[in-house]
Amino acid sequence: MSDFFQRFGRGWLQLFERLGRAHLFLFQILVGLPSLFGRSSLLVTQIYSTGVKTLLIILVSGLFVGMVLALQGYYSLVRFSAEEALGQFIAQVLFRELAPVLTALLFAGRAGSAMTSEIGLMKATEQLSGLEMMAVDPFKRIYAPRLLAGFIAVPALTAMFGAVAILGGHLVGVEMLGVDAGAYWSQMKAEVSFSHDVMSGMYKALVFGFIICWIAIFEGADCIPTSEGVSSSTTNTVVYSSLAILGLDFVLTALMF
Amino acid sequence: MSIVYTTEENGSTLVQIRDLHFGRGSKQIFRGIEMDIPRGQITTIMGPSGTGKTTLLKLIGGQLKPSKGAIEVDGQNVPKLSRSALYTLRKRMGMLFQSGALLTDLSVFDNVAFPVREHTDLPESLIRHLVLMRLHAVGLRGARDLFPAELSGGMARRVALARALILDPMMIMYDEPFTGQDPISMGVLLDLIKTVNAALGLTSIIVSHDLHESMSISDYVVIVSDGRVVEAGTPAALRASESGWVQQFLNGNSDGPVPFQFEAPDYRDDLLGAKV
Repeated sequence: MSDFFQRFGRGWLQLFERLGRAHLFLFQILVGLPSLFGRSSLLVTQIYSTGVKTLLIILVSGLFVGMVLALQGYYSLVRFSAEEALGQFIAQVLFRELAPVLTALLFAGRAGSAMTSEIGLMKATEQLSGLEMMAVDPFKRIYAPRLLAGFIAVPALTAMFGAVAILGGHLVGVEMLGVDAGAYWSQMKAEVSFSHDVMSGMYKALVFGFIICWIAIFEGADCIPTSEGVSSSTTNTVVYSSLAILGLDFVLTALMF
Repeated sequence: MSIVYTTEENGSTLVQIRDLHFGRGSKQIFRGIEMDIPRGQITTIMGPSGTGKTTLLKLIGGQLKPSKGAIEVDGQNVPKLSRSALYTLRKRMGMLFQSGALLTDLSVFDNVAFPVREHTDLPESLIRHLVLMRLHAVGLRGARDLFPAELSGGMARRVALARALILDPMMIMYDEPFTGQDPISMGVLLDLIKTVNAALGLTSIIVSHDLHESMSISDYVVIVSDGRVVEAGTPAALRASESGWVQQFLNGNSDGPVPFQFEAPDYRDDLLGAKV
């Protein structure tokens, strides 16, 4: 019995110790952020490798999500003869919830895991130690550009996910199921508020981008420098990021609406 | 009691280690190491596997902090330095990692140019000259456009050496530079370390298991075991040492002061008195 309590206590202590380390780590990255002024090439490179390389999966997913939403929405709305509201329905569901959450989940799976494995391998192959010994601070050179890149890329990808999904909804709702095109766009324009619906999704995306990159960078830098350690940290990034996205989505929704 | 390895006869010490204690978890790796590393010489640190030789290099470079003791590099106590002062000192130190630690997304040229681009505002034309001169010195000017994945282990270490030399450091630390090298690569590395040390007036600290190769180019050798310095001196003095431990280590005898058998109960009792 005492063994159980010992293990239980040790587990919690280790968890809090790691959380503390993660916060100190984040603080050091934030301190390193101003060094990016005048070194935009580092940021651009990271926006390319995290954002641009994730674009294809975001666009394809967005298209199919929009098409499915149109199908499901149409079959529900047509029972009340309210199919003209399809555009409004798709846009509100997308911008408030699906676009930021699904984009963040896809980003965590594609870019977050890549970030963790890249940094983990840099640690395992002594590249991070090598940088430190060349008097190059990894917080400024490696971590800060990645954190800022994720913070910028996730909202941009969310906007693109939403735009493509609305086009997918149009394709199915208007072109295939015969909803009036004018009604589709005008209802959307009349009922969807930019400041309330669209921006709330963008705020969520900013928070998700920041959290995913923090988790991904910390997991990479804190991993055990072996192939098993890197693999385990990569898995942790996807699992922890996904749970954080879903949990924070509830908190942010409760606060904003 | 530990042996204090001093170099007062040479008049100048670059690295001075006093009463160094360091541990990881419950395991104590160093228990009062005392060591002086002379300026302008090649010093090799040897010892059995797991004695913390690489850890010692990381302590000298300030990547780890000791639990007690002082490590002075060129008069500065490394563990007490602020982050910015430590980074300033590191610009004058080079370290050659066992794997080379080259940045895998950069070409050989860009890897060697990396420290110059990070720390100076020199024009690209001048950087090109500096890089080509360093690559020529290690015999790899023709490999400038290759990527680290295309290099052999020996070539990667030579590129890493060119990179470590690019900022004209006062000292270079080599972590197991000869491990896994074929005889030709080994010969090239030995020549390079010796030539570069003499030509550029560096101080070299080598951590190595390769006894004969390391001793052939070293001015001083320090043997570390069980958290302490057990013997130190010139290679000739060590070969003449009367210490059974040193002789076992230098000759690679399987049994001696370091027993072949791990501590165990009496063999006869173990076999005959075993309970099934």
